[in-house]
Amino acid sequence: MATFKDFRNNVKPNWCPGCGDFSIQAAIQRAAASVGLEPENLAVISGIGCSGRISGYINAYGLHGIHGRALPIAQGVKLANRELTVIASGGDGDGFAIGMGHTVHAIRRNLDITYIVMDNQIYGLTKGQTSPRSAEGFKTKSTPEGSIETTLSPLEIALSAGATFVAQSFSSDLKQLTSLIEQAMAHKGFSLINVFSPCVTFNKVNTYDWFKENIVNLNEFPDYDPSNRIAAMTKIMETGGMLTGLIYQNKERKSYEDMIVGFKEEALAHQSLDISRESFDKLVAEFK
Amino acid sequence: MISQLSWKIGGQQGEGVESTDRIFSTALNRLGYYLYGYRHFSSRIKGGHTNNKIRISTQPIRAISDDLDILVAFDQESIDLNAHELRSGGVIVADAKFNPVVPEGVDARLFAVPITAIAEELGTSLMKNMVASGASWALLGLPLEVFNKAVGEEFGRKGQAVVEKNIEAVKRGAEFVLEQAGGPIDEFKLEEADGKQKLFIIGNEAIGLGTIAAGCRLMSAYPITPASEIMEYLIKKLPKFGGTVVQTEDEIAAVTMAIGANYAGVRTMTASAGPGLSLMMEAIGLAGMTEQPLVIVDTQRGGPSTGLPTKQEQSDLNAMVYGTHGEIPKVVLAPASIEDCFYDMIEAFNVSEQYQVPVIVMTDLQLSLGKQSCEVFDYDKIQINRGKLVSDVPALEDNALFKRYELTEDGISPRVLPGEKGGIHHVTGVEHDEVGRPSESSINRKKMMDKRLNKLNGLQIRDAIRVDAPHDNPELLIIGMGSTGGTIDEARRRLDADGITSNHVTIRQIAPFPAEELSVYLNGAKRVVVLENNATAQLASQIKMHAGYADKIHNVLKYDGNPFLPSEVYTACKELN
Repeated sequence: MATFKDFRNNVKPNWCPGCGDFSIQAAIQRAAASVGLEPENLAVISGIGCSGRISGYINAYGLHGIHGRALPIAQGVKLANRELTVIASGGDGDGFAIGMGHTVHAIRRNLDITYIVMDNQIYGLTKGQTSPRSAEGFKTKSTPEGSIETTLSPLEIALSAGATFVAQSFSSDLKQLTSLIEQAMAHKGFSLINVFSPCVTFNKVNTYDWFKENIVNLNEFPDYDPSNRIAAMTKIMETGGMLTGLIYQNKERKSYEDMIVGFKEEALAHQSLDISRESFDKLVAEFK
Repeated sequence: MISQLSWKIGGQQGEGVESTDRIFSTALNRLGYYLYGYRHFSSRIKGGHTNNKIRISTQPIRAISDDLDILVAFDQESIDLNAHELRSGGVIVADAKFNPVVPEGVDARLFAVPITAIAEELGTSLMKNMVASGASWALLGLPLEVFNKAVGEEFGRKGQAVVEKNIEAVKRGAEFVLEQAGGPIDEFKLEEADGKQKLFIIGNEAIGLGTIAAGCRLMSAYPITPASEIMEYLIKKLPKFGGTVVQTEDEIAAVTMAIGANYAGVRTMTASAGPGLSLMMEAIGLAGMTEQPLVIVDTQRGGPSTGLPTKQEQSDLNAMVYGTHGEIPKVVLAPASIEDCFYDMIEAFNVSEQYQVPVIVMTDLQLSLGKQSCEVFDYDKIQINRGKLVSDVPALEDNALFKRYELTEDGISPRVLPGEKGGIHHVTGVEHDEVGRPSESSINRKKMMDKRLNKLNGLQIRDAIRVDAPHDNPELLIIGMGSTGGTIDEARRRLDADGITSNHVTIRQIAPFPAEELSVYLNGAKRVVVLENNATAQLASQIKMHAGYADKIHNVLKYDGNPFLPSEVYTACKELN
């Protein structure tokens, strides 16, 4: 059986020292090992940005695609081979700006994949511009007078789009993050985990200390029921989205692939490409 | 006795024009006639003039006709807009309800048939189409049993009573018009057809069928005219083969989902038209850079922007050939017949996997939507070739990565699918090394660029150019692509009669351009005419750039939204001589 070391490769990440993304990488590797995956059965599909490089830093099948499109690529992979565990990953710009359309529709579609967003509230790789997750008034290279756009709440959007698994974590809390990734992988449907992942180079506001002071762990609310969608929405609003833990899970809804009529358990990629003469003749006869 | 005839039905969109045409032509197909259809429609669902024209022949035909023999009109507008096409002595069958008038200067016989009245008398005005088609059929003097059988199939699901009512409507229409005309019209008497079983099908359906035959089991697409029929066909059929269609949120998702699924090992395609193709451009570069197979169908329509969404054009050629930033290997195939639409899909999927490149299959609206007769597709010609796809790869030591981008002699590397123990490698749109890891090394960069861009050197497709060259040194070489081949051939017959010799070459492989194969024909001809449905002579530019002969080349261009007519091609060629 594979251990978390089997999910390591010898590539040195090009992230800045202290970047929150390191812990997310470690959490994925730990979670993959602890749920009993083998590296060849995991596919990590990532977008573009600092965080997008993650697919190259895990020993598994990995595809580093184009900006904002990790989710449709990941959904294609899952449809082609549902025996694979598929993780899509990218930054807040990737998933909530250029790729927001795909995020909402991937949530609605509910294919059984895990989407991990490394949310640093800024554009790092392009050296410090505003993100949809930046706070109002946040000064960046592209918003020298402070951002004048409303901060996007991905958790609220996910819930209203019909998400079946919504969680949030903080890269410093490796234990919680690993556990949430494990739960997301076990969830039969689309899972969103938004992870606060501080950018130590360009974001001097939303720092590790700032998050530690501002976030609330759902563990502190023993009566919290993650199967209650209204309570989940309320909690997100009450905390201004600054909460961590499993926020919502719908275990009833079937995944997209389980709802396609006649879609087999066996991976489509393993099925024959051939068509019998009889089936062919039947198709052709419709045009006679 | 005549060997061919043209029939048109016109009315308001949603009024039954489509269904009248469908039953009328299905019955003709059963008798073994060759048919070629043309749909004139607008970008709206109900209302607005629409018409369907079919040409009926005892010989294979692949072009719309210049003129018209019979016009069936549900309203005066249909007469006013189309009567000018009628040849002298032609016939108008019109609904008596609107007191039809033959426009001044038109020499046609008018039969005012109480189409709506008969239909309503039988229970519903919906049966107008049956009365009208029955009347048309009767004028041709063709056997009514064959027609009634087609009616039975159209309405069989609705029960025997409905079938009988519709057959009664056909009969009433036929009787009324025969009484007025004094029997079937002699000059419309068609020679007997060869009775050979043919398919009567649109290009988009042939593409759908070819897609299934090619082993494609997944389609991700966004609806668009004139591509949607491909998606609709596959939505109905793919589940029978274990597959499915995903209607995505946009064309970017459609193409990237297809890339992901191809990467994971399922033959997957998407189909769109110009606006969708524009959205796919960045992703096409990803497929090229990461050497993933990908098949895209572009059913061209009038551009730019929303352009003429329901009209004929061939103006996406440059976008298909050059689209995406940077430089990638890419194949653009242009089916030139319904048969091509079927067989080229199999070729497209094979080439895409053998060379690990994006393949764009280019059609145009007339080829995609024009319903026509074609030979029955041959099951024995279906061959699937997945190229250098490897499996059961032994695990490598120390987590070493599989050389997915191994530098090989032909530039094509072994390909492995996720799930293979020894196949783990990285895939990235960033320039990368043999195992797929990002690399900015200039030595590696050059090697990898050369590897990718030389991959297609060995490409051989069926009929890269299709040649009909009876002359070594003709007055004219006419070159076309897509749906225009039949029109060119008809023009050539008229040129022949005038003593003007011509050869005809259809370019089927647009990229990489088959310059060498074409050169011998360019060289032998006195003049070259390149015929295309666009304003900037995009195909001619490819010929000039890759094969030369610029001084011989004349452009014949049409970009008003309509396909070429044989007479237009004839006149344009004649004027050059």
